[in-house]
Amino acid sequence: MKPFAYFRAESADEAIGAFAGHPRAQYLGGGTNLVDLMKLGVAAPDFLIDVSRLPLDGIDETPDGGLHIGATVRNSDLAAHPAVRTRYAALSQALLSGASGQLRNTATTGGNLLQRTRCTYFQDVSKPCNKREPGTGCPAREGVHRDLAVLGHSAHCVATHPSDMAVALAALDAAVHLHGPQGARTVAVTDFHRLPGDRPDQDTVIRPGELITGVTLPPALPGTRCGYRKARDRASYAFALASVAAVLRVEGGVVRDAALAFGGLAHVPWRARAAEEVLRGAPATEETYARAADAELAAAEPLRDNGFKVPLARNLAISVLAELASRT
Amino acid sequence: MEPTSQQETAHSSVLTLHVNGTPHTLTLDHRTTLLDALREQVGLTGAKKGCDHGQCGACTVLVDGRRANSCLLLAAAHNGAHVTTVEGLADGERLHPVQQAFVARDALQCGYCTPGQICSAVGMLAEAAEGHPSYVTPPEHPPGAPAALTAHEIRERMSGNLCRCGAYPNIVDAIGEVAT
Repeated sequence: MKPFAYFRAESADEAIGAFAGHPRAQYLGGGTNLVDLMKLGVAAPDFLIDVSRLPLDGIDETPDGGLHIGATVRNSDLAAHPAVRTRYAALSQALLSGASGQLRNTATTGGNLLQRTRCTYFQDVSKPCNKREPGTGCPAREGVHRDLAVLGHSAHCVATHPSDMAVALAALDAAVHLHGPQGARTVAVTDFHRLPGDRPDQDTVIRPGELITGVTLPPALPGTRCGYRKARDRASYAFALASVAAVLRVEGGVVRDAALAFGGLAHVPWRARAAEEVLRGAPATEETYARAADAELAAAEPLRDNGFKVPLARNLAISVLAELASRT
Repeated sequence: MEPTSQQETAHSSVLTLHVNGTPHTLTLDHRTTLLDALREQVGLTGAKKGCDHGQCGACTVLVDGRRANSCLLLAAAHNGAHVTTVEGLADGERLHPVQQAFVARDALQCGYCTPGQICSAVGMLAEAAEGHPSYVTPPEHPPGAPAALTAHEIRERMSGNLCRCGAYPNIVDAIGEVAT
């Protein structure tokens, strides 16, 4: 690990101010990903600005009936919060499906969104990687890519975004609040992460010095149910091979509202708008859910060793939607 | 004269860790993890360095009462924290109930993962008592109500602690004994 300076910020403004003039600074949240990347040599900040104790650890009702989640709320606390358990079950389930009890106690909401891919080439500094060192190539495309993307990848990068939480937030239409040198702005979580294109080094639209201050969930609509299901190589404590977050409202046997997002398939939490088109107004049947999944996954371009993800994601989507419909 | 050990530089800080109730004021390079500070500076080698990447749980300690992987925590970011290691669980000669249960149930073979298992179990039992759910907690379980620690729940909640000897059945039994 390279030596670095350290500063514990007491406010968001202080943190942003400290960043000025330090292009190789990084914000430190819980550190469960960043400290690991520093050990691996993948991240080498010369200045860590500790934002883990900023007064952004509240979970508060918004005036319109939604929920505001501060950036430093720990994953375990967010998953256990009564409002999240009851109104945004998909978010609680997604958080609880990720990492371990120890890691969830440490990892923050903001940090979860900003975690980097677990692609083995990205994490191994002895290997080329366009995400880590632009222009060096992507050995994963022809190499070990069983866990990697089937949707939206590019010639430059086939990495997946590892977060479970972000997949639930994508289906729930969450918004990400940013504060930076140019002021505050809000970005839909579905616009926050970006596809790799020819700039896989940029995971998100965040600008230098910008800090995530919180996430807002819109009100949960009456009659909707939501859930999250994840497939992985072992029963617990593993990243998703594929996952699905779904929000569903069924009335009189017909799908009235639906939101669907896939995890483990792409460089971003993949909001499945084509599937939603099929679902809305259609009979709430497994045949509909299968057609919806197929409409979305028609865009899949599996690599040599990860084609299994397509039927896996299809089956996950069908099972989650059927389960949600059975509870309405 | 040698520089005093209490001097800060751009790359090191003076900080205090309260370990098992005793304050330790240390000058640490910012790269020092809490695990290395405990083992190399404070001299408590109970917390183990297994993978050093937060994947095995052997380094688990309680930080301000909550279980965490000390290998992924920078000591500099925990100035003032209260840390409990496996050495701090017993009350004098009387073992903590989780320690006692691990002995009674023979919940180990080589023992390397055991301090992490025990600290993790202590933290996990507190989480369950506070009503924290797990991935296998039924959705209809009332929020905030203490979780019933079935073997299935214990296995899920302890999945961050690996045991390469495979002592899992007795680990689950030991924790289950304390939970009931």
